[in-house]
Amino acid sequence: MATAVVESGERETYLNREYGIKSWLLTVDHKRIALLYLMGITFFFFIGGFFALLIRLELLTPAGDLVQADTYNKLFTMHGQVMVFFFLIPAVPAVLGNFLIPIMIGAKDLAFPRINLLSWYLYIIGGVLMLYTIINGGVDTGWTFYTPLSTEFLNTHVISAGLAVFVAGFSSILTGLNFVVTTHRMRAPGMTWSRLPLFVWAHYATSIIQLLGTPVLAITLVLVVCERLFHLGIFNPALGGDPLLFQHLFWFYSHPAVYIMILPGMGIVSEIVCCFSRKRIFGYQAMAMALLGIAVVGFLVWAHHMFVAGISLYAALIFSILSYFVAVPSAIKVFNWTSTMYKGSITYQTPMLYAFGFIGLFTIGGLTGLFLASLGVDVHVTDTYFVVAHFHYIMVGGMVMAYLGGMHFWWPKISGRMYPEGWGRLAALLVFVGFNLTFFPQFILGYMGMPRRYWDYSHSPEFQILNVLSTAGATILAVGYLLPMIYFLWSMRYGKPAPDNPWNAAGLEWMVPSPPPTFNFDEQPVVTWEAYNYDEIKEEVPVAQ
Amino acid sequence: MANNVDALYIFLLVVSALMTVSIFTMVLFFAVRYRKRPGQRAEQIDGSHALEITWSIIPFCVFMVFFAWGALLYFKERKPPRDSAEVYTVAKQWMWKFEHMEGQREINELHVPIGRDVKMIMTSQDVIHSFYVPAFRIKQDVLPGRYTVAWFRATKPGTYHLFCAEYCGTMHSGMIGSVVVMEPKDYETWMGGGGNQPLAVTGEKLFTELGCATCHRTDTQGRGPTLVGIYGKPVLLEDGRTVVADENYIRESILQPAAKIVSGFKPIMPTFQGQISDEQLNALVAYVKSLSQQPSGQTGGRNMAAATPQTQ
Repeated sequence: MATAVVESGERETYLNREYGIKSWLLTVDHKRIALLYLMGITFFFFIGGFFALLIRLELLTPAGDLVQADTYNKLFTMHGQVMVFFFLIPAVPAVLGNFLIPIMIGAKDLAFPRINLLSWYLYIIGGVLMLYTIINGGVDTGWTFYTPLSTEFLNTHVISAGLAVFVAGFSSILTGLNFVVTTHRMRAPGMTWSRLPLFVWAHYATSIIQLLGTPVLAITLVLVVCERLFHLGIFNPALGGDPLLFQHLFWFYSHPAVYIMILPGMGIVSEIVCCFSRKRIFGYQAMAMALLGIAVVGFLVWAHHMFVAGISLYAALIFSILSYFVAVPSAIKVFNWTSTMYKGSITYQTPMLYAFGFIGLFTIGGLTGLFLASLGVDVHVTDTYFVVAHFHYIMVGGMVMAYLGGMHFWWPKISGRMYPEGWGRLAALLVFVGFNLTFFPQFILGYMGMPRRYWDYSHSPEFQILNVLSTAGATILAVGYLLPMIYFLWSMRYGKPAPDNPWNAAGLEWMVPSPPPTFNFDEQPVVTWEAYNYDEIKEEVPVAQ
Repeated sequence: MANNVDALYIFLLVVSALMTVSIFTMVLFFAVRYRKRPGQRAEQIDGSHALEITWSIIPFCVFMVFFAWGALLYFKERKPPRDSAEVYTVAKQWMWKFEHMEGQREINELHVPIGRDVKMIMTSQDVIHSFYVPAFRIKQDVLPGRYTVAWFRATKPGTYHLFCAEYCGTMHSGMIGSVVVMEPKDYETWMGGGGNQPLAVTGEKLFTELGCATCHRTDTQGRGPTLVGIYGKPVLLEDGRTVVADENYIRESILQPAAKIVSGFKPIMPTFQGQISDEQLNALVAYVKSLSQQPSGQTGGRNMAAATPQTQ
């Protein structure tokens, strides 16, 4: 292991402390592991994005003319599986959460640094299994693995895809475990629960879901594999099983999984809105409790995915009303972000643009969720493009916006370099415009009755115009996503060196150098201030442009 | 039904649009009004319990309106009227097979008259499908191994799309068809003078051929319970439970006779699982149900064409 010679004048950081591939693959530094994750999820984001573009190209014309039906089915299946399990779920927690949580609470590392590395290896093993599945011809179950289609009627690589998700799930469980223990045990003196940044609260709530929900998915996938291999008769009625049992088990995890994706994004947006409004968050307590509320109530709404699946009338009623309950804390959050801006001193750097985008798109995504929770309307729009548009507004409009906002916000801290602000703003604008053009038409398509997962819609040429708009939007969106990828890489070499606190932001992570030293703090910090103490923060340097 | 769903949809749309516009306006207004100005600092505000409570309770009340209205609609959507015409449906990869009570069979095309309640009694031969007619705003998953039910009443003649809405394999997007809605007299012509054997009659023949009639007699002296008049009635089981004898109960009792034993009888009936097709099963169910018809009643959907069109 080569130890870098620290040149005179150059400070030792987590990046230059050691060099060589071994120093990365065997690292137990949470910041290096975060970067390892960053490479993994970026890779899978572009794989999943590539599938999405092919899907959009196929739907440009009503006839199924670009790819075969089976290929199309594989594309949307693998788009979903790759994006959900290998990008959306790990993206914010494993990259930004991993990097920032220990620093934000004043700790040297996570509670279990080696388990943290193990999580990454599990993620990579899962990823390799997924790649194996893709390269060997793919899988076409839909990302939902619905039975008995997946266990009996398809002869694609269901088992390796299931195992990929199974293994990646353990990575998620261990990360959650690590964050829960870290938040409980590793906080610096004075860092009370009521002083935690909301980013940490959000990850705490997320981790609870990861810990409690993911094992259910793991067991369900094992049962799918068992039924497929040994014909055990768990889900297939021909063998005495119950196909609805699968849906209950699957959504018991996969609905809370939506909150695994969005809660960390909410954490990011809270940090950004406060910083660029120069204000304490409006209603700190309500915001923290809303996060926990969403995490808890989010466990009780799973069967709203099944209103037309054949569940009983009264079960549907219960799950409908509970779904409205979970909408209340989500609404509280939107109102509080908005109010935080009141009487602020607002500037519009790239992270703030993404935060604006998040609030807008999450609002639309959330409100259309109310349509779907309404039983009478859900019957018509479920399993149509309305649902596709709705969850993309939450997951892409919400979560990916927040992720990109967070990446721009903390990139100076992570890399020690500034990204080019002008390009950043342009990309944020492209993403916002491209996103809306891609997904807004799909709401209308859905209400017109276009079912999702249709390869060929030549029977309904009236759907074409909206599909063309959607595909056009997707190309703009693709450019918007490629730009940050390029200028982040560029900035690592050519970007201006970042000051320790380029945004004059509050929080412990801005009190350590950029990039931070390996053990984050030279001496144990003692916290004597509330979170978001913007009244005490002097604007020492002009906010970076 | 389509109008009712649209009414709620428009209500949701208007309320959501109002909420969206007000939030966007606030965000934009604050963003401009409180932009950074030299010499001016942000004013620190911790929050307000009164506001938090207000914007929890008001949305909650609005949400409860959404819930209640949606739930009422759903009750209507899920409960077929008593005297609906019945169409037995078997879905399979990748086609829809329909059988009318009068015995007409159709594939991927379903003819119905206007103004008549039509109850779809559906099952799948393989994977999960979903019966979706966007114009009627109805959708119901079709499961293997059990019946699910949907109903509609068409009010305007025309041809409407029928889609499979649950992903079901390679040709999922090819599992489409149409619902042809006709004026009653056109429908009668299409029905064509009754050359077909009614479904219940097919069922009755099967009932005899398979030897069901030896135990399930019309009197109470058989080794099995009599099936006369049981449809839609509660049945007391050997283990003390009571179940309503609906289509799924009859179906299960044929395929898995031991699952629910009627009080006072022994589990001696052999299973017919794998020995009869879904179509034969439908015919048997239709026959058993026909044993509960009042002589003058219309249960089971005979005389469909005689119905007078009603507007919704």
